Amino acid sequence: MQAFTTVRGIAVPMPVANIDTDQIVPKQFLKTISREGLGAGLFYDSRFDGEGKPIAGFILDRAPYDKATILVAGDNFGCGSSREHAPWALLDFGIRAMISTSFADIFNNNSINNGLLPVVLPEPEVAVLMLAAQAGAEITVDLERCTVTAPPGLVFGFEIDPPVRAKLLAGLDAIDESLMHATEIDAIEGKLARAMPWLPKA
Amino acid sequence: MTTTLYDKIWDAHRIDIEGGESLLYIDLHLLHEIATPQAFAGLRAAGRPVHRPDRTLAVADHNVPTEGQARGSSRIADPEARLQIETLEANVVEFGVEMFAMGDARAGIVHVIGPEQGRSLPGMTIVCGDSHTSTHGAFGALAHGIGTSEVEHVLATQTLRQRKSRNMLVTFTGALGAGVTAKDMALALIGRIGTAGGTGSVIEYAGEAVRALSMEARMTLCNMTIEAGARAGLVAPDDSTFAYLKGRPSSPNGADWDAAVAYWRTLRTDPGATFDDYVEIDAASIPPMLTWGTSPEDVVAVTGRVPDPAMIADLAKRAGAERALAYMDLAPGQGILGTPIDRVFIGSCTNSRIEDLRAAAEIVRGRHVSLRVGAMVVPGSGLVRAQAEAEGLDRVFIDAGFSWREPGCSMCLGMNPDRLAPGERCASTSNRNFEGRQGRGGRTHLMSPAMAAAAAIAGEIVDAREFG
Repeated sequence: MQAFTTVRGIAVPMPVANIDTDQIVPKQFLKTISREGLGAGLFYDSRFDGEGKPIAGFILDRAPYDKATILVAGDNFGCGSSREHAPWALLDFGIRAMISTSFADIFNNNSINNGLLPVVLPEPEVAVLMLAAQAGAEITVDLERCTVTAPPGLVFGFEIDPPVRAKLLAGLDAIDESLMHATEIDAIEGKLARAMPWLPKA
Repeated sequence: MTTTLYDKIWDAHRIDIEGGESLLYIDLHLLHEIATPQAFAGLRAAGRPVHRPDRTLAVADHNVPTEGQARGSSRIADPEARLQIETLEANVVEFGVEMFAMGDARAGIVHVIGPEQGRSLPGMTIVCGDSHTSTHGAFGALAHGIGTSEVEHVLATQTLRQRKSRNMLVTFTGALGAGVTAKDMALALIGRIGTAGGTGSVIEYAGEAVRALSMEARMTLCNMTIEAGARAGLVAPDDSTFAYLKGRPSSPNGADWDAAVAYWRTLRTDPGATFDDYVEIDAASIPPMLTWGTSPEDVVAVTGRVPDPAMIADLAKRAGAERALAYMDLAPGQGILGTPIDRVFIGSCTNSRIEDLRAAAEIVRGRHVSLRVGAMVVPGSGLVRAQAEAEGLDRVFIDAGFSWREPGCSMCLGMNPDRLAPGERCASTSNRNFEGRQGRGGRTHLMSPAMAAAAAIAGEIVDAREFG
C-alpha cells in the first residue's frame, strides 16, 4: 500500500449525495483480473456515451479538474456495492484524498486499504471546500497535522482513527501486521473450535 | 452485564490488538469470481497459503450466463467473463479451496447457497467480497461484505482488522397486512432512515413482525440492510431458524445438533441491554412499497405519488429529486400506479428463493404476461430451480410467457448478457435501483416478487393485492 502524508492539488467538486460505486465504476469494468488501469472506467457512464464516445463537459475531463488529486463529494459517498474497483479507479485517475460529510462503510475501508484517504468534515466545512473546489483553488490535505487547508487561509482540522492514520502514514502491509498476532489467532481458533465443534475442520 | 446479540458474537470472535482495534476471527469465507482474482494474486506474490481452506467456499455467480451452464465455463461467450471464472477455478485448485462448479445443482448465488447448504449457521462470523453478505444475518450470524484487500487479508489470516460498530435496534411491531412482505418492510425502513441511516452500525431486527417471518423472508430483510447503510443485519435465531437448518447438508447432526441448538438458544440480546439507536415501525402500517427513483431510499407506497421537487425545501435534496425523476422519466407528483413497464426481473440474492418463486407463481398462474413486457425468472440456485420444477412452477411461468433461466446474479447488476436497454423500465425484485445498475440508461423499480409478477401481467405498476 502506498503511504499517505500530504497531498496538495486541484480538488474536483461533486456536490451530489449518495454517489454509489456503480456510478464510480460501472459493472463492465469488474470483469478484470487486475487492479491496474481502472481509471479508464472512472465515472464511465457520465464521461462516455453508449458507443464509447466522450461526452463533452464532464467535470473530470475539464481543466483544471482533469488533473485533480482531491475529490470533494456530497454525503454518503461510495454507497452500494463492495467493489474495490471504485478506489482502484479513483487512484488510477490520480485522486489521493476525498472529502465528504460521510463515506459508506465498506468503501471507506477499501479506500484506506489502498492508501486513498477519506476525510470526514462537518457539513458547513465541506460546503466551504466545495466552493473552493468549484473556484479551482488548490487544497492541501495533511495527514500528519490532520488538517485540510484552502485559500484564503482556511484551516479545518479533521479526526481519524489513530491506528488507521498510522497505517496510512507508514504505508504498512496490513497482512504482515496481522500475522504478527498468529499466536493469538491460533488461540481464538482453538477456543471457537471448542465452542462450536460442529463447524467443519480440516 | 447485559449485552446485545452483536456484542456476544463480536466478543466470541475478537482479538484485541494495538490502538484499540480488533482482529475479528472469521468462521466462513465465501468467494466469488469478481472480488477474488486480485486477492489470490496477492497471496501468490507473497507466497502465503489460505489459512482455513476448510472454512472457505467458492462459486461463480455474478458473471455466469443464465442459459447453457451445463456446457461449462470454457463455453462462456464473453471472453472477459470466461477468463474471470476460469481464473477462480484455477485459484481454488491451486489453493485447495472447495468450489461448486457452474452447472452443479448446488451452485447459484453465493448468498442463496450458503444458507441452503447449512453452511451459514447461528453465531458464526461470515464474510464475502459482496455487500449483500448481510443476507446471512437472518440466521443470527454476523455477516457482512468486504473488499478485495480484505478478502486477501481473510484468506491469509482468517481475520479482519476492525473497530466495533454501533448497535442499532429496528423493531417491527404488530403484524404485516395481507400481501405485504419482507421486501416491503426493508423498503419502508430504508425510506425512513435513508441509505446512510445505518452507516457505522449493525442492525438487529426484532418485534412480532420479524418473529413471524419465514427464514427466507428474514434473508430478504437482512439482505437489504446494506441499502440502509449498515453492513450487517441480525435476527436472533429461534425455532424457525432451527427448523430451517435441520437436515441440511452441512448442518450439524446427531449429538452435535442438540449441542448446537443449545448454544444457538443463547444467542439473543439480553433483556435490558441497550442499543445506540432505536427505530420502531408499525408493521401493520406498511403498504406494498416500491422505489420511484435512483436510490433505494426513494420509496413510495404503491398507491402513492412520486415527490414534487417544488415542494422540497432543501436545495440539494430538491436537485437530487429532479435528477432522479428526469432519469426515471416520471412527472413531478404523479401517481406511481399505472406506470407502464417494459421488463420484469424476478431473481437476485434478495428475492430468488423458492418462497419468492411461489409468491410470484401464485399471481401468474393461469394468466399471461402483457404483450409489451419481456419477463424472466432467475432462480437463486440450481436446487431452487429443481424444487420449483418439482412443484411445476416452471410450467406456470413458461406458460405465462416468462423466460425460465438458470441460476446467477443475472439482471440484478447486468454483468452477464441479461440487462436493460437504454430507457427500458423494469419491475425488479433485486436490491439496487442506481442509475445504470441493470443496464446503461435502464430504469429500475424495486419491489416484491408478487408486485413484480403482477406488473408483468398488467404491463404496468399495479397493486398486487388486487390480483387475488
